[in-house]
Amino acid sequence: MNFLIGAFKPACNISITFSDGKSRKQVPMKKENGKTIMVSLFQSKESIAGKVSIEPLQGKKIEHLGVKVELLGQIEMYFDRGNFYDFTSLVRELDVPGDIYERKTYPFEFSTVEMPYETYNGANLRLRYVLKVTVSRNYGGSIVEYQDFMVRNYSPPPSINNSIKMEVGIEDCLHIEFEYNKSKYHLKDVIIGKIYFLLVRIKIKNMDLEIRRRESTGSGANTHVETETLAKFELMDGAPVRGESIPIRLFLSPYELTPTYRNINNKFSVKYYLNLVLVDEEDRRYFKQQEIAIYRQQDS
Amino acid sequence: MLNGTEDEEKWLAEGIAGIQHNAFYMHRALDSNNLREALKYSAQMLSELRTSKLSPHKYYELYMRAFDELKRLELFFKDDSKHGVSVVDLYELVQHAGNILPRLYLLCTVGSIYIKSKEAPAKEVLKDLVEMCRGVQHPIRGLFLRSYLAQISRDKLPDIGSEYEGDADTVMDAVDFVLQNFTEMNKLWVRMQHQGPGGVREKREKERSELQDLVGKNLHVLSQIEGVDLEMYKETVLPRVLEQVVNCKDDLAQYYLMDCIIQVFPDEYHLQTLETLLGACPQLQPTVDVKTVLSRLMDRLSNYAASSADVLPEFLQVEAFSKLSNAIGKVIEAQLDMPAVGAITLYVSLLTFTLRVHPDRLDHVDQVLGACVKKLSNIPKLEDSRAMKQVVALLSAPLEKYNDIVTALTLSNYPRVMDHLDIGTNKLMAMVIIQSIMKNNSCISTADKVEVLFELIKGLIKDIDGADVDELDEEDFKEEQNSVARLIHMLYNDEPEEMLKIICIVRKHTMVGGPKRLPFTVSSLVFSALRLLRQLQGQEGDIVGEEASMTPNKNFQLLTQIIESLSAVPSPELALRLYLQCAEAANGCDIEHVAYEFFTQAFVLYEEEIADSKAQVTAIHLIIGTLQRMNVFGVENRDTLTHKATGYSARLLKKADQCRAVYACSHLFWVDDQDGIKDGERVLLCLKRALRIANAAQQMANVARGSGGPVSLFVEILNKYIYFFEKGNKQITSSAIQGLIELINTEMQSDSTNPDSVADAFLASTLRYIQFQKQKGGVMGEKFESIKL
Repeated sequence: MNFLIGAFKPACNISITFSDGKSRKQVPMKKENGKTIMVSLFQSKESIAGKVSIEPLQGKKIEHLGVKVELLGQIEMYFDRGNFYDFTSLVRELDVPGDIYERKTYPFEFSTVEMPYETYNGANLRLRYVLKVTVSRNYGGSIVEYQDFMVRNYSPPPSINNSIKMEVGIEDCLHIEFEYNKSKYHLKDVIIGKIYFLLVRIKIKNMDLEIRRRESTGSGANTHVETETLAKFELMDGAPVRGESIPIRLFLSPYELTPTYRNINNKFSVKYYLNLVLVDEEDRRYFKQQEIAIYRQQDS
Repeated sequence: MLNGTEDEEKWLAEGIAGIQHNAFYMHRALDSNNLREALKYSAQMLSELRTSKLSPHKYYELYMRAFDELKRLELFFKDDSKHGVSVVDLYELVQHAGNILPRLYLLCTVGSIYIKSKEAPAKEVLKDLVEMCRGVQHPIRGLFLRSYLAQISRDKLPDIGSEYEGDADTVMDAVDFVLQNFTEMNKLWVRMQHQGPGGVREKREKERSELQDLVGKNLHVLSQIEGVDLEMYKETVLPRVLEQVVNCKDDLAQYYLMDCIIQVFPDEYHLQTLETLLGACPQLQPTVDVKTVLSRLMDRLSNYAASSADVLPEFLQVEAFSKLSNAIGKVIEAQLDMPAVGAITLYVSLLTFTLRVHPDRLDHVDQVLGACVKKLSNIPKLEDSRAMKQVVALLSAPLEKYNDIVTALTLSNYPRVMDHLDIGTNKLMAMVIIQSIMKNNSCISTADKVEVLFELIKGLIKDIDGADVDELDEEDFKEEQNSVARLIHMLYNDEPEEMLKIICIVRKHTMVGGPKRLPFTVSSLVFSALRLLRQLQGQEGDIVGEEASMTPNKNFQLLTQIIESLSAVPSPELALRLYLQCAEAANGCDIEHVAYEFFTQAFVLYEEEIADSKAQVTAIHLIIGTLQRMNVFGVENRDTLTHKATGYSARLLKKADQCRAVYACSHLFWVDDQDGIKDGERVLLCLKRALRIANAAQQMANVARGSGGPVSLFVEILNKYIYFFEKGNKQITSSAIQGLIELINTEMQSDSTNPDSVADAFLASTLRYIQFQKQKGGVMGEKFESIKL
């Protein structure tokens, strides 16, 4: 149970608990202050039910204009600070205006909530789900309490999952053909593949496979793109000769990946790329980037 | 360059320090069973092996440090009670490492445990490992990584009978794995040659040869796999290894690997796969030292053949010789610029092989020689001394093997090879041949063989055009010619007809030898002919008149001709001796006119050619001695000859010589045989004449030097007197002896100023003899009784 302590001493303590909180899976979540907390994990179309308890400070009463709990799905752009965009907003009125003298508990339930997007913590934005309890008051301002929770949605294995096979090169210099066994990978998947060297006229020092995340936010002229290299995996050491084939086996599990997000609520996209990089002895880089789709598979 | 080595030491020290540092933390993690930390520090430790700065030698040091640490890590991995992770998960976990080299070292380490755990078939794990190792393409790092793989997998191959044995094709899996690792290692090894800046080729080759055993070890592992039987070796292992060897197109690798194949696999396999193995040889790079490779192969096979007689049928069955022979032909054809010495060395090896394996197949030997002739005939002039040595070896091998030149003489190509030797070597070889004959006491008994033999040693028999006569060493020349002379005695046949042919052939060859050689060879030849003559004589009864050519007369004509050839030298003393020998032989054959003819020749020589007084003395004694024994002559001839001989004797220069020759002549008139001539009167004449001459000598000495001459002459004559007296010559009386003794005593006394101890002793013993005869009594005692001393 987490309590948020306000800037000034609040008139009461508000706590939000989920009814299946003991059994529900807890996952770590990074807060904006850098701390990692454990929060409950939900997926779309689950019912979110729980209790809100309000406990006035010793010997005080709270006069209020009503108590409500909201379930909010928000997209927050960091460059547009403080400007939340709510794509989901559900409200339950918990109490009519009146006074609270002692600890009072309100059950609530949002049944079968559509939560199409996953919680995401990116470089330029975040997408969060939060329960917000508001005790409205005439004076002294309303008392607000938040409870984050996390949403992850699972996809079935794609019905079509072709391999990626491509021949690339620089004329009279380097010709390679690479093959990744799939174009769509789940988060714990393994990328299996091969690189064939058809022509090598440069002195290659090594070859890496990178996993890159491309997060684009906004639209039109305001598009911000942030690219991040999440994995740098050495595939080859030394210079191959013509005809050589180098195996690829890259386990995705050690890396903090998310599924691919395409045009989430017209606000942002997160895409993943495999970047094959060859470095020659003069440290020149030759690379070829290929998008792969990542999805979240239900753990079996 | 000095800086380079210093830097290298520094880098090595840094690398070792890095390994030790990380190993320290790794040990701590191992002790506290912290898998995550262990993986982290082991990966960091292995990252030190990513260096490119070290030479193979130094890199090896670094590798060994890491290797030791990996053994500790392996123990930790093996014990899953310590880290609580299943081996399957561990196998994935180590693959998360970002750098490939540490990742693969760790993967191999876990892989070895994975196989041991038997949670997956060994073949699957091995296949995965060997495949994944492709990621390291840097030659040195790749070689060491794969060598690590080979090391940890050695005892885990799914071989037959191994605890990791798999399904039906299990051996194949094991073989596939090793072959693949071998192939990749070889590729890396070859590639080393082409990396880095040019111009340091030698250095790189040296570095490469330091690494060759890493590659070769795979072949050794292959040979150790139980399940690799002949079938599999033939169908899979050898073709694939050879494919790699041929395709790598690198001379260093090809040479090393061919040798490796030959050394590590059993001889029996080689024998059964000769064709395949040899088929690869012409495909190798021209710079590969194929001859050494093939020589080693043949050496091994030869030893194998020698090891047991049971294996010989195998050699025949696979036609080992013809295969090897073909292969050598092809290699020589393919490698046009192979030096002559190389080709000849190959032939020597092949010859050694066939001599050991098929000692009964002379045609093989001849074939090899023939091939060699063919090769040599393409070379205008063989000047390479090493090549020459090899040719000598080639020619000596059959001699040593068969211990019998006769065998070699049947080889038609043998002389043709000899033709390609230079003059010196040719002589040397000829000497080898003769020595072989001498050593083995082998008798050459047919004319054909003699003909061939003389063809072989013609370098010794005659001057060869272009030979530098000045360079001849007198000693060597004598040695050579003496050998030839000895050789002539080894040519012998019991059949007179054949023997005659042999003699004719030898004569034909020796006659062209020129004046320097003739004195050596002619006497051998003459005695050889005389032996034939005596032999004929022994058989005379059987073959009377059967063959015209076989008559002693004919034979003597031949002898005359032979001896006459000496006149060109000239060597009259020798000729004279030989004539006398012949005369004696003729005497034995009872052919008077021939004997007379020989004597005539001898006398002619004496008169015309022998001028030296010493030689004359020797000659006259020889003549007298020979003539004395002749019993074939009629009175007239004998008279003529003895007359001549006594005449010559009396005309010698020195009085002493005259005296001695004359008293020797006395024997010509007294032959102590049953029906020998006994002309006592003429004996006495001779002796008296000798005495006269002795007297004359004495007086001359007195006049010239004022002292007495040699008394010993008188004593010698006294002895002759005594001899004939004993033999019953009536003309020699005891009083004559008595007188002579007194004369001698007088002489001795008159010559007291100059005592001659030798003569004194001689006289004393002579007198003692007379005394002895007197005392003996009997007929002889009576005879001597009348002599008063």
